[in-house]
Amino acid sequence: MNKRSAVAFAAAGAALSLGLSACGGGGGETTPADGSSGAPAAAEAFNAGLEAVFNPSDKKGGVLKMAISEDWDSVDPGDTYYALSWNLIRIYGRSLVTYTPAPGAEGRKLSPDLAESLGESSDDGKTWTYKLRAGLKFEDGTPITSKDVKYAVLRSMDKETLVNGPTYFNDWLDLPKDFKSVYKTPDVNTDSAIETPDDQTIVFHLKKAYAGFDNFAALPGTIPVPKDKDTGVKYREKVIASGPYKFDKVEPGKQYTLVRNEHWDPATDPIRKALPDSYEISLGVNADDLDNRVLAGDLHIDLAGSGVQPAALGRVLGDPALKARADNPTGARTWYTSIMSNVPPLDNVDCRRAIIFAADRVGLQNAYGGEFAGGDIATGLMPPSIGGWKKLDLYPTGTGDVEKAKEALTACGKPEGFETVMAYRADRPKEKAIAESLQQSLGKAGIKLDLKGYPTGDYFALYAGKPDFVKKNGIGLATNGWGADWNDGFGFMSQIVDSRTIRESGGNYNLSITDKEIDAKIDEALLETDVAKRDAIWGEIDQRVMEQAYVLPSVWSKSVLVRPQGATNVFVTGAFDMYDYLNLGLE
Amino acid sequence: MSAPSSFLELRDLRIHFPTDDGLVKSVDGLSFQLERGKTLGIVGESGSGKSVTSLGILGLHKGGRARISGEIWLDGEELVSASADHVRTLRGKKMAMIFQDPLSAMHPFYTVGAQIVEAYRIHNQVSKKVARKHAIEMLDRVGIPQPDRRVDSYPHEFSGGMRQRAMIAMALSCDPELLIADEPTTALDVTVQAQILDLMRDLQRDFDAALIVITHDLGVVAELSDDILVMYGGKGIEYGTSESIFDRPEHPYTWGLLGSMPRLDRERTERLLPIKGTPPSLINVPAGCSFHPRCEYAGRTGGRANTEVPELIEGEGGHLVRCHLPREVRREIWENEIKAKLGPS
Amino acid sequence: MVTYIIRRLVGALLMLVIVSMVTFSIFFVIPRIAGATAEDFASRYMGRSADAEMIAVTAEKLGFNDPIPVQYGRWISGVFVGSEFDTGASIEECPAPCFGYSFIRRQPVWPDLVDRIPVTLSLAVGASVIWLIGGVATGVLSALRKGTIFDRAAMSIALAGVSLPIFFTGIVSLVVFSYGLGITAPGGSFTPFLENPAQWAYSLLLPWITLAFLYAASYARLTRAGMLETMSEDYIRTARAKGMRESKVVVKHGLRAALTPILTIFGLDLGLLLGGAVLTESTFSLKGIGDYAVQAIVTNDLPKIMGVTMVAALFVVLASLIVDLLYAVVDPRVRLG
Repeated sequence: MNKRSAVAFAAAGAALSLGLSACGGGGGETTPADGSSGAPAAAEAFNAGLEAVFNPSDKKGGVLKMAISEDWDSVDPGDTYYALSWNLIRIYGRSLVTYTPAPGAEGRKLSPDLAESLGESSDDGKTWTYKLRAGLKFEDGTPITSKDVKYAVLRSMDKETLVNGPTYFNDWLDLPKDFKSVYKTPDVNTDSAIETPDDQTIVFHLKKAYAGFDNFAALPGTIPVPKDKDTGVKYREKVIASGPYKFDKVEPGKQYTLVRNEHWDPATDPIRKALPDSYEISLGVNADDLDNRVLAGDLHIDLAGSGVQPAALGRVLGDPALKARADNPTGARTWYTSIMSNVPPLDNVDCRRAIIFAADRVGLQNAYGGEFAGGDIATGLMPPSIGGWKKLDLYPTGTGDVEKAKEALTACGKPEGFETVMAYRADRPKEKAIAESLQQSLGKAGIKLDLKGYPTGDYFALYAGKPDFVKKNGIGLATNGWGADWNDGFGFMSQIVDSRTIRESGGNYNLSITDKEIDAKIDEALLETDVAKRDAIWGEIDQRVMEQAYVLPSVWSKSVLVRPQGATNVFVTGAFDMYDYLNLGLE
Repeated sequence: MSAPSSFLELRDLRIHFPTDDGLVKSVDGLSFQLERGKTLGIVGESGSGKSVTSLGILGLHKGGRARISGEIWLDGEELVSASADHVRTLRGKKMAMIFQDPLSAMHPFYTVGAQIVEAYRIHNQVSKKVARKHAIEMLDRVGIPQPDRRVDSYPHEFSGGMRQRAMIAMALSCDPELLIADEPTTALDVTVQAQILDLMRDLQRDFDAALIVITHDLGVVAELSDDILVMYGGKGIEYGTSESIFDRPEHPYTWGLLGSMPRLDRERTERLLPIKGTPPSLINVPAGCSFHPRCEYAGRTGGRANTEVPELIEGEGGHLVRCHLPREVRREIWENEIKAKLGPS
Repeated sequence: MVTYIIRRLVGALLMLVIVSMVTFSIFFVIPRIAGATAEDFASRYMGRSADAEMIAVTAEKLGFNDPIPVQYGRWISGVFVGSEFDTGASIEECPAPCFGYSFIRRQPVWPDLVDRIPVTLSLAVGASVIWLIGGVATGVLSALRKGTIFDRAAMSIALAGVSLPIFFTGIVSLVVFSYGLGITAPGGSFTPFLENPAQWAYSLLLPWITLAFLYAASYARLTRAGMLETMSEDYIRTARAKGMRESKVVVKHGLRAALTPILTIFGLDLGLLLGGAVLTESTFSLKGIGDYAVQAIVTNDLPKIMGVTMVAALFVVLASLIVDLLYAVVDPRVRLG
């Protein structure tokens, strides 16, 4: 998941920090639960929605009110890359498979949605077949066929028209050379990539085998789009629903309203309850006001799902009544600092290690917001919610070990230290704090940092993510952050450790890991069909990243969410690490 | 207290202002009378209390911090004890005032016509059209050419003299019976002064109004007044007919005023007679005769000058004077020193 | 008077042209001086999967290789006759008036702005009426009752109003009045005037009052100072000497003269506010021009930022012009200039 997904900015009205106290009783234990969606209702308590369903109910009716302080890229399923969007989209769209609406780790498991069952692989994992259920209809009554799914996937690949969204299909499908896009080359036969032998069957052919293809099938890109209703980049203004709700009012930047889709047949949909009568989504709501409204009960959900603002944080953690309404999930997101292994003297592994030894890990945690709102001190790049995670113990996690740092410096031939440039996103106060903390702690070991801030909008396109800019300006360290596209090793790591994703033209998220061993292990994992073994390989990759000190991880991000008043089926899904928007209902 | 027979009569008027530095006795026992159709000239230096007196007659000190005592009788009505609102209804209608600097005294944003119309309509329930006609008439009356066009001009579009005429027109618009002109020509060129004074004399005759002219300029007073009141330190110190005072001035201060006036019929070689010293503080008024610190002849009063406040009594010239000098002494000084210097009146 | 008007009009037009040039330079000339190339401009408009060749082609098609005056000319003429943007992938229409085309949002800037102008207009005009009347009335009363408890209390409250930031008073007011007492509308509610005037006023009540509180303060102080000065002028004494009732003296003669500097400031304040009451709109989640500007800045959407800048500048220049003209109407001494 790219950088934008879990960070919601306060708008120009700055949030007054009314006390970022991380005080408060009971450092975040979760109430033990059995984790199944049939669990008994939990009482109002801190983290009650983390592993169990809070306030379960099947009552229908009511209006679910959601709001967000910023906008996301689009509601077009082929043109969106935000976690909150991928969560919300399941209300009006159905993909081939989707994440099970269940709390905690269960929520990461995939269930068939449009398809009858998970994909059938053949040809050693290079071919995947799905069979659609019977009786599927769009909001206008026309039946959904496999051709609609194929068209949706193909159109999502046109990155010139639909610029947002992931590029997994572009990278993996075995497309003919003369195919450019459904808009430019509509008549090119693409059966080599996707076949639809009949209206119920769809077959995917990959260039390389990938055992986890079901994760691709869960992407919103497979949400069907009727070709005759496709208006390209304007489709976001009138999305044709395949889920239980359809768009009523569409005012981009201002609000969306969704009402029931009469053509959705619950008999074809075992996972959705479709409880509310309608949804009201307000955009551009002042962030602090939004928190106040959720706390007062005027709104149900902060759509961004990234936690309350600092102003409300103090209140929530400090007031026992409010804290009992809070959940503190750990996201599949790591905030870290890339150590550029192609910029001298960081091309030497010991110089890189020196940086990690000298760093004040606690200071970094505080820069991100401390224990509750920032997260746990990360010992590796991969967060704990990813399968195959192991706790690594390669470096101290205290306030910095100058001794060990100096040892490493001597080993790399720079006993007096060295100078380098550190890049960070100028309009992110937390990243500025990180940079300043490192400047201080590294300075103690003789490593001098020259801090340079760059605008977030172009950070990856033109600055830290552009190799020749990095070389020209001697940037040795750059702040970074990544959230998983989906919660397995591939979904988290592929874009940030694979050297083959690095482009000279910029826009890279892997800022400088070029390690042949890692690349080889990635290829191994892709072919491994056994999930446990596959996960373990990713764990090894994580270990190598840390051994080679390519990355200085800061925290695995945590957020403080507040449960809505008057809503049912509230729980944190392990798929997105925010409240699951699929089955919320009203009391 | 009984109503006097004269049109306007002041009896022992006192107007004191409490300030942080002390009590300022601007007017401290002033009395005079005035009949309809007659002109009184009030003469004195700055600080003598002449402007405060005029504002006091108009009732403009009421409701402020001033302490007013004494009596002001206007046409049988006593004004000091009257309510502020009642006096307001008389302002502009029964008694009106012409101010010194017409440029600052008229509102810059309204046309002259609008301001005259406003003045008229405060006291007369007429339509704007009627009032405007009247305004044009008044402008014509005061000698402003093309009055129907100039009625829509702004104060800053007039020359100094024309502006003063307009101010006079405004003051006269409601046909007042008492007109007070406070330094009406001080801000004007000498050539224009004469015109304005002529105008005022004509208008007084036409309107049969009582006119008070306040000035420090004896030349103005000589032209217009029937009676003259010389004020010093908040009191009247010489009061009589204009003829009498010019003929035979009795108070040393008046001698000084007349002597310090440059005149064409005097020999150039003779020196002017300036009055030494500065006007007295109105907070700490000198004991006894308030003029004594500046008086050349204070020594000849037999010690009374700095102990006793002199009363206003009839002198030899046939008018009232407030001075301790014994008659003989004053006559002697007049015959030997002053008369020659002041020349024919 | 006619010459005065003409000169002011010409001045205003000139100002608008200069503002457009400066805005254009900030976004398209200064980056070049800092070393940006045509490709850098173009790559902003493309998704991250674009390669160097595509970027170069797009740079050419969007005209970034043309000389600066040509680029400026194209942009300016777009405002009057509309424009087209050929990104290579497609040709995007931008009908007149074209203030730019947002590639991030895939739509022209103007329709969004047009939608938002009524919101900012409602907020600004409504609040301005309240603060003008409230502030001036308080100032007049304070001046007339100088030194009394009323005066001191009023001026102290005024000081508070000026000192407290709106993102504080706004959020707190919402919590107290909207969510606590429930007597005003919650943040983000706005009903267009034409739809339901009563609802429109209700939805804007709290933002109006909060915003007006900020400005009323300085207007009260200004009016007080102006009144104190005016009431000591000679023409006030003349008005009283004419027998005018004191209330009329205060309003017709005193206030009328004291109001002129306030008028000037009011025009400028309103003009700036119309350009986007950024903090108020953010705090109350109102979808006006200010909020639009903030979004544009956060997402680094250049055409939007330029569009908002131009529209805001337009309002300020317009307001300034109107104030100049009004001043001549009110104070006839100015018409000679």
